[in-house]
Amino acid sequence: MDAAALAASRRRVAIDALGIAVSAGGFGFVYGLAARSAGFSPLEAGAMSLLVFAGASQFAAVGYVLGGFSWLGVVILTAFINARHVLYGAALAPYLADKPRPLRAVMAHLLTDEAFALTIAHFRRIGRADVPGYWLAAIGSTFIPWNLATLLGVTVGGSIPDPSRFGLDVIFPAAMGGLAVGLIIGRRELVAALSGAVVGVAVSLAWDPAAGIVTGGLVGPLLGMAVGAGGVDEPSREALIAFGTERGGLMRQQGAPVDQDDPERGLP
Amino acid sequence: MSTALIPLAFLMGLVTYPWRAVPLLVPGMHRLPAQVQLYLRLVGPSVLAALAAVDTFVSVDAARHGTFHVGWEWLAVGLCIAIVAIRRNLFLGLIVAAGMIAILRAVGVASLP
Repeated sequence: MDAAALAASRRRVAIDALGIAVSAGGFGFVYGLAARSAGFSPLEAGAMSLLVFAGASQFAAVGYVLGGFSWLGVVILTAFINARHVLYGAALAPYLADKPRPLRAVMAHLLTDEAFALTIAHFRRIGRADVPGYWLAAIGSTFIPWNLATLLGVTVGGSIPDPSRFGLDVIFPAAMGGLAVGLIIGRRELVAALSGAVVGVAVSLAWDPAAGIVTGGLVGPLLGMAVGAGGVDEPSREALIAFGTERGGLMRQQGAPVDQDDPERGLP
Repeated sequence: MSTALIPLAFLMGLVTYPWRAVPLLVPGMHRLPAQVQLYLRLVGPSVLAALAAVDTFVSVDAARHGTFHVGWEWLAVGLCIAIVAIRRNLFLGLIVAAGMIAILRAVGVASLP
């Protein structure tokens, strides 16, 4: 891996992290407002952001506390909502296998939707793990903005007009959609993303939104694997090239062979 | 200042951490069969798309019942996705999406959530 390619990929992480930081900041601020309106103190809201660090379950917890759920119920539902993180850890594990265990243990706490999306794209671009790149993706894009914005929302939020007037509520789904596009490098990824979305919505309506997200995330890849490998279609290829994640991009500079359907592509 | 919910935050963190940590800490995760690795490669786009779609199209009430919802938000999210695909600029996509919804709400075309 040459230093210029690594630096280029880290710059891409930094640029994308800026957009994610806006999303995390806006989302964290809204969470702080919601926690404040549910009667959380700044210490309680801040502790939740620091110790749980998982937005969807924190929002749900505010609703549960407000609705008078038992703590046992809140904890069980939190575990269910956050189950999808096991998929992220499993996807990153091959890259991080040779890193010290204490380091991986710390990295695990910072593994969010956003950190995963930025990190997996970065690791695939460079073909290996990059710990500083992970910190940039996890801490710079999400951990710091999320925690600062939570405290801001829960302390001074009452004097600010409804954040949804500024469209802040649409930033999270837009960021997730945009990051998904960055990971689409062929027909299989496209089918996995589309089917994950459809299954997610269907199960959410039939059962529960948290179940929908987990089910969509689990079923989508199966449908993606079911389609023929095929070639990379042109629109996806353009997106891929734009993101610099095509193996023929950064890795071709090292003389690496191009094989879009190699399941171990990009793994160390 | 109340600290009564801090133990709850700790418990929530306690049940969240294993989901994140176990796959990273269990030995042998990097020697998975090729088909499993392919599956894991497809998890990212699938989960992120599910998150985006559910957040955009499912409206949740206090009892966590979901109802199908088609507002202007889907157009804003779609615009962001298009900008990312064409211009590779997520930050610009997010600004355009939020700005579009803010304007539509300001002029009364789109309703507040």
